[in-house]
Amino acid sequence: MAIAATPRVTIFRRPSATHGLAGWLTTVDHKRIGVLYGVTAFVFFLLGGIEALLLRIQLAGPNGQFLSAEEYNQLFTMHGTTMIFLVVMPLSAAFFNYLVPLQIGARDVAFPRLNAFSYWVFLLGGVFLYSSFFLGGAPAGGWFAYAPLSEELAGNGMDFYALGLQILGVASLASAVNFIVTILNERAPGMSLMRLPVFTWMTLVVSFLLLFAMPVIAIALFQLGADRILGATFFNPTAGGDPILWQHMFWLFGHPEVYILILPAMGIVSEVLPTFSRKPLFGYAAVVFSGIAIGFMGWGVWAHHMFTVGLGPIANAAFALSTMFIAVPTGVKIFNWLGTLWGGAIRFATPMLFSLGFVAMFIIGGLSGVTHAIVPSDYQQQDTYYIVAHFHYVLFGGSIFGLFSGAYYWWPKVTGRMYDERLGKLHFWLMLIGFNLTFGPFHILGLQGMPRRIDTYPAGMGWEMWNFVSTVGAFMIAASILTFMVNAVWSAARGRKAEGDPWDARTLEWSIPSPPPHYNFAEIPLVHARDDLWHRKYSEDRSGRPVPVVAGAAATEHDAGGHGDEEEGHAIHMPDPSYFPLVAAAGLPLMGYGLIFHWSIAVLGLLLTLGGLFGWSLEPVAEEGAH
Amino acid sequence: MALLSACTQPLPQNTLSPSGPVAEKQADLFFLVFWIAVGVFVVVEGLLLFAAIRFRQRRPEDSPVQVHGNTRLEVAWTIVPALLLAGVAVPTIATIFELARPPTEPAVTIDVTGHKWWWQVEYPEFGIVTANEIHIPVGQPVLLRLTSDELVDQAGLPVIHSLWVPRLAGKQDVVPGRVNDLWLQASAPGDYSGQCAEYCGLSHSRMRFLVVAHEEADFRAWLEDQQAPPGEPTEGDAAEGLEIFTNPLPQGAPPGSTAAACVACHSTEPGVADTLGPSLAHFGSRSLVAAFLPNTPENVARWLRDPPAVKPGSKMPDYDLTESQIADLVAYLQSLK
Repeated sequence: MAIAATPRVTIFRRPSATHGLAGWLTTVDHKRIGVLYGVTAFVFFLLGGIEALLLRIQLAGPNGQFLSAEEYNQLFTMHGTTMIFLVVMPLSAAFFNYLVPLQIGARDVAFPRLNAFSYWVFLLGGVFLYSSFFLGGAPAGGWFAYAPLSEELAGNGMDFYALGLQILGVASLASAVNFIVTILNERAPGMSLMRLPVFTWMTLVVSFLLLFAMPVIAIALFQLGADRILGATFFNPTAGGDPILWQHMFWLFGHPEVYILILPAMGIVSEVLPTFSRKPLFGYAAVVFSGIAIGFMGWGVWAHHMFTVGLGPIANAAFALSTMFIAVPTGVKIFNWLGTLWGGAIRFATPMLFSLGFVAMFIIGGLSGVTHAIVPSDYQQQDTYYIVAHFHYVLFGGSIFGLFSGAYYWWPKVTGRMYDERLGKLHFWLMLIGFNLTFGPFHILGLQGMPRRIDTYPAGMGWEMWNFVSTVGAFMIAASILTFMVNAVWSAARGRKAEGDPWDARTLEWSIPSPPPHYNFAEIPLVHARDDLWHRKYSEDRSGRPVPVVAGAAATEHDAGGHGDEEEGHAIHMPDPSYFPLVAAAGLPLMGYGLIFHWSIAVLGLLLTLGGLFGWSLEPVAEEGAH
Repeated sequence: MALLSACTQPLPQNTLSPSGPVAEKQADLFFLVFWIAVGVFVVVEGLLLFAAIRFRQRRPEDSPVQVHGNTRLEVAWTIVPALLLAGVAVPTIATIFELARPPTEPAVTIDVTGHKWWWQVEYPEFGIVTANEIHIPVGQPVLLRLTSDELVDQAGLPVIHSLWVPRLAGKQDVVPGRVNDLWLQASAPGDYSGQCAEYCGLSHSRMRFLVVAHEEADFRAWLEDQQAPPGEPTEGDAAEGLEIFTNPLPQGAPPGSTAAACVACHSTEPGVADTLGPSLAHFGSRSLVAAFLPNTPENVARWLRDPPAVKPGSKMPDYDLTESQIADLVAYLQSLK
């Protein structure tokens, strides 16, 4: 550790702020980064939601005049791109960041500055993508950017898409590496893999999926960018390129991406259901291994997005089979969640309602997913509102419900205050009803022949009523989100102070105060069991029912460790804040602008990133002699 | 109301009101899986609801037995769904191969080319070219050979479309540089509404078409009509319209356009394929203008007044035609029966 014998030359004085703007800009604390991820992704969620409302206004009746075709196409492209890359992925990352170190008994992630870098790249990548609205128009080729359309669309929109997603991919890759190393190497003593909380397990699976999936889309985006900006012909059919190649590349990334979006929510649900049933997760091993199985099988189903491309009956049959059988491990999870509820003592707090909503809605999304595997019937459903219904049941009814479940569940841990239970329940019921009103009718519309991505439709197709119902439902969802925001503000101002363990929960994050001290654990815990905290609190009588451990025994011993006072905290070495992750990240969008507008900006961006990385590599994790 | 009327008059693009063997098989398979899914839905959601009600916490001191799992149950709920899926897989795979080829030699083979945003429909055996309408005989398989192309450089790259007539058959993507086959068959004469199902840019939603199924004799009659040379009106507005149609416009070519005469892009002769704009042969007998509007004199006039305003992204520019020129052209085009 005594490497820095000579004084270092550096541009910045090592920052030390822990409060205020500078504190946030230079933080390497996984908890603060988690909060930054959460707040930023929520802002993008509002933007993506407003886009959705505009789309729904346009489609509320036939021959809509509210948006022009160009505006509609930009908005549906940005809605999908936003919700996937700027909402569900980073919201999941918010939970990974905040919780994984707490759940494994660690003080931070393995690479705290890399973690900060991931966040800044995500934020700036999102801002880069959205700046396209003011710089000549947003992308309008769909989130799936099918070539050759994505190559020939005029304007800079699709350049922003290709470069923006490339930047966001850097953030995902960096955080994937970080979480794999963190989960494998930073676990507290005794925290064997089979004692890991299921949410942490799903984080590990998702991180591996990201590690392998992001390079695939990175290459595809390089090819698309090269075709657009440099005049290459990878996907150009008039010059020997193959437009179908893009589809293979995109979905080879895109289907694992679906599991990247859903597995974190499944992890959250696997934490919430046991806590509010007062029972351990039923079939822990089965839930974990089915998650891993989904992670593997998710790579073998990509062509089910391409059944109508004309791949021929052999390929279609093979991908029909693989798609059907990925339903098996998914079903295993659902049955184990039912087993968890069975015989429990269920408390209907808001997090539990959202988790139950997740299970109920995900069943519908899963079943409609099976109907897509029936290739001949998919020839009818492909690219219709039936598909739109399916993936909203999975990604909204699934991921978003799960993420809200997690938001309420860990709200007291993160903020140190309770939310209002009545508002939480109002949010749930408004969202459940609004969600089903919005997306339920899409099944019918799709079967009645309404294609996706149409900015208008004529009267007389029989689509008027359900489109109108759907638009009403969309505004109900908006009202539910407003309820959530009111609750958040109320909680910050008036919320009751939260205890360390308000839910009588099971995992290590609940063994420390709310909000946790910056060093997390005053003393690294020694883990004796899966659901370690529960076993510190309860033993079992002969019938297998929990009995509180006698006060003054194990619990207090751990409490002493958990509630380390400030005095104790000062002796703990934590990584110091740093400017360099932000500096290195700031160069990336500049490189993007440079490739679109003028090379000189790209050079500036490159120098900034290289400079940032250089300063970073010379800077120790923690200053010598600092606490 | 909508449900009631659906029973009497099938919705134009309802996949569940099939009118041909391909769409019927697809709908049958959908319903098979749908009812199985409904069964699973009722059982699983029922269990969920039952568990949530039955096992709710009644007293704060309720302490459930700490069950960790059950291997037999795990095996059961892995194997039972797998068997169920294997059962569904059998008719699925069988139907994939069954629908891959028409059961008998197709009655007619039609080349359909997707453009932004209209369809060229060519009957190579009969020397007929039309647009946005596919006429077929009933009761016999028909083969569509699909590809995508753009004929002018300034129209950009050809893009992927997807041809879909929901009541006759599921969709087939239309990919530039490839020829994809789709066969379909209509059980009853009539108009079947179709539209492009793959997002293809600005006017994707306005890239519609009709399949018109005829009894065998009517189909033959249609073929003969289409093979006839265009009439040449000699007097009245229609004759004036022909004059405008064939000669460079007095207004000249608008900026960015090289063609100032209608005939530069559109042919009225039967069998002339790959013109820059859709063939207008026997235009007066067609049901659609601009691939999505009913072919009425009002709509044709509206179109001629400012094509890109009617159909965003249209390659046909606004020629600043006068109202009398428009009236003449409408009369001429409607005369092309």
